[in-house]
Amino acid sequence: MDRLKQRELLHLLEEDSRMSAEQIGKMIGEPTEVVEQTITALEAEKVIVKYPALVNWERVDDHPYVNAMIDVKVTPKRDVGFDEVAERICRFPEVKAVYLMSGASYDLSIILEGKTMKEVATFVSQKLSTLDSVVSTATHFILKRYKHDGIELEDRDEDHRMVVTP
Amino acid sequence: MSTQVKVKNRLSSTVQSLKPSGIRRFFDLAASMEGVISLGVGEPDFVTPWRMREASISSLERGHTAYTSNAGMLPLRVEIQKYLEERFSVSYHPETEILVTVGASEAIDIALRAILDPGDEVLVVEPCYVSYEPVIRLAGGVPVFLKTTMENQFKLTPQELESHITARTKAIIFCYPNNPTGGTMTAEEWKTLLPIIEKHDLMVISDEIYAELTYGRMHDSIAALPGMKDRTILISGFSKAFAMTGWRLGYVCASPDLLAGMLKIHQYTMLCAPTMAQMAALEALRHGRSDMERMIESYRQRRNYVVDGFRQIGLTCHEPDGAFYAFPSVASTGLSSSEFAEKLLMEEKVAVVPGDVFGESGQGHIRCSYATSIEQLKKALERMERLMGRMS
Ligand SMILES: Cc1ncc(COP(=O)(O)O)c(C=O)c1O
Repeated sequence: MDRLKQRELLHLLEEDSRMSAEQIGKMIGEPTEVVEQTITALEAEKVIVKYPALVNWERVDDHPYVNAMIDVKVTPKRDVGFDEVAERICRFPEVKAVYLMSGASYDLSIILEGKTMKEVATFVSQKLSTLDSVVSTATHFILKRYKHDGIELEDRDEDHRMVVTP
Repeated sequence: MSTQVKVKNRLSSTVQSLKPSGIRRFFDLAASMEGVISLGVGEPDFVTPWRMREASISSLERGHTAYTSNAGMLPLRVEIQKYLEERFSVSYHPETEILVTVGASEAIDIALRAILDPGDEVLVVEPCYVSYEPVIRLAGGVPVFLKTTMENQFKLTPQELESHITARTKAIIFCYPNNPTGGTMTAEEWKTLLPIIEKHDLMVISDEIYAELTYGRMHDSIAALPGMKDRTILISGFSKAFAMTGWRLGYVCASPDLLAGMLKIHQYTMLCAPTMAQMAALEALRHGRSDMERMIESYRQRRNYVVDGFRQIGLTCHEPDGAFYAFPSVASTGLSSSEFAEKLLMEEKVAVVPGDVFGESGQGHIRCSYATSIEQLKKALERMERLMGRMS
């Protein structure tokens, strides 16, 4: 499959990962088998990393859930810089994302997910701040998510068009 | 003594003689039902991209709420000129050859009113947009229909054109890429028609509202061909490619004498196009191309999907190269367009538009718009397949 079509395929899957190979094939004009092979190859090359569902947990009533963003200042180590401490932080299962930041008064930005505020507090005070190279932390709780991963989480408008028009 | 006007004389005889739109009848039927999947919608399913909405809102905040010049804001006309030149290699002077209108609809109306005398004949390439015939009649003209067929990919042929020309023929009107067939014309195909158009000194009204929606190749404007600009009135707008139907913004381009005529009608009837909409259109031309390209890409994928789908369920369908309509034939079912469309709506709740609404040569076809989500298209195809299964 040529590069352009491969890109189209990736866009389609990114938008809806449940789209079938047959459907994609029809849309981009390639046989189903070729689409299947390409997807397998892209998975093997780690171009396609995962097929996640984007869940809006706020809609799931009985699911206690808090998100925090934590700014972390660290002392970089000789030879490994920030990588070593970043990798250690990555290993905690409650950590959803870790970014090395530029232009901020801190070094690492961490996104954390916990069931309760207390759980987040415990993680910060007992696990994160006790790491050797961590100098300081600042925890921000996320109050509401309006948009995530390019998707607006508020109600999308229905199709308001008339049923038949010229 | 009563001063009431006699009821039967209230409407002009021309208005009385206009048929109600066939689309309207189908709309009423479909709108009265629940759970209908509609392939009957002739407008984009995208909301106008945010940057255009934002431009309009911010212009309101700055208080741009007055009339613009009659012909439209000059900066907008300048952008239209640049855009047409860059995309379709047609060049019009922004000050004397471009007029911003209330949709392509107004442009069609004033073009016809500007050139027609009572009894003048206008050739209409059909199947065609439902408004051409009534608007010609309202302008005092007489429509004469030129047929196209699926076998010819709904292209106009020289034979068909020449055989309908009379001493009264003043102009020809068409829309390519076409609503409802999705048919397009290449420059080479246009060239076979030019000698006839020139020989009979016809004026050309070219509705290019779908010009950006072509798949696989660029649109060829008839106005760009040698000798044609002077006799062509080019009509386009923002409704389709920029997903701006509700903004009511279009434009018409023609040589200065024609444009001056149209401007007279426009300034006495509309004054100018809506200011907020012009602001949004300016933004669309300056920064909205990538939004447009994203939408076109998506139409192309959906076209491939439905056309393939129709063929698999046993409906013959030509490959539509433009617009967002497929026009499959239902002749194999033995039903007329309306019978099929009605049966499909009643039994499977899928709304399509019967082809004969767009003229006699649309008989035996249905217009299916693919400006709707893949999930809806998939469901519609499954329902249509069920119907086809029951009928075979
Ligand atoms: C061929 C054709 N011309 C013109 C129009 C009207 O366009 P506008 O919204 O710019 O008035 C349509 C809308 O369906 C159309 O299909």
